[in-house]
Amino acid sequence: MSEQIKKFMYINRRAPYGTIYAWESLEVVLIGAAFDQDVSLAFLDDGVFQLVKGQDTAEVDMKNFSPTYQALGDYDVTKLFVEKESLEERGLTLDDLMPLTYEDEDDDWAEKDSIKVVSRAELADIMEEQDVMFSF
Amino acid sequence: MKFAIQVNEGPYQHQATDSAYQFTKAALEAGHEVMRVFFYHDGVNNGTKLTTPPQDDRNIVNRWTELAKKYDLDLVVCVAAAQRRGIVDEGEMQRNGKDAENIADNFRISGLGQLVEAGIQSERLVVFGD
Repeated sequence: MSEQIKKFMYINRRAPYGTIYAWESLEVVLIGAAFDQDVSLAFLDDGVFQLVKGQDTAEVDMKNFSPTYQALGDYDVTKLFVEKESLEERGLTLDDLMPLTYEDEDDDWAEKDSIKVVSRAELADIMEEQDVMFSF
Repeated sequence: MKFAIQVNEGPYQHQATDSAYQFTKAALEAGHEVMRVFFYHDGVNNGTKLTTPPQDDRNIVNRWTELAKKYDLDLVVCVAAAQRRGIVDEGEMQRNGKDAENIADNFRISGLGQLVEAGIQSERLVVFGD
């Protein structure tokens, strides 16, 4: 669909509910996957809450869209960077997050983790490499 | 420079819309290209012609329309975000069985692919929001 491949990063900084940014960001990611770009997602600040497992929105009468993150691997969206300091500041660890995986076609379809915890400094370096950054 | 602009916040509520407009206008006046302005989240409310601000205030919607007429600017409102927030053109009105449309002149409703495409084709995508 496009002649050139760019490095796209979607930056998620907000909690999943309370505002619509997280959900509408995910909609862009899903549509954008059709464009065959080099896509990654970053979760920092309250954005790390988007990946917390066991989300239950019944009491607030909002759509629980967290299962959609499980589908990202099927869309070839396999690089989800979660900022270590943001997790720690909120008393979270990797174990609190949904296990998200993808099948690596270059490695005999081995199942691999999509989530990679990186430090704030490492994430800054990764951001530096990007061509396009969508912030939500 | 070939720019694309993304507006994530609603008019009057948030300065992002004003900053996006001022940036776009300045870029065009300086001879740069702005290949698209994409309105997302509450930013889609920039595209309703029903907006009626007090007379002594700026008219944000008309301001975009005038800029678009002068520079042939592509103002795109995200369809998914627009449907949630009641921004409707003729086609959407018929498709969704509504009895009114409210899209402002020189705005068009289209898909998120237009945003991704803008990211690919522009040299700089500038996002206005929190």
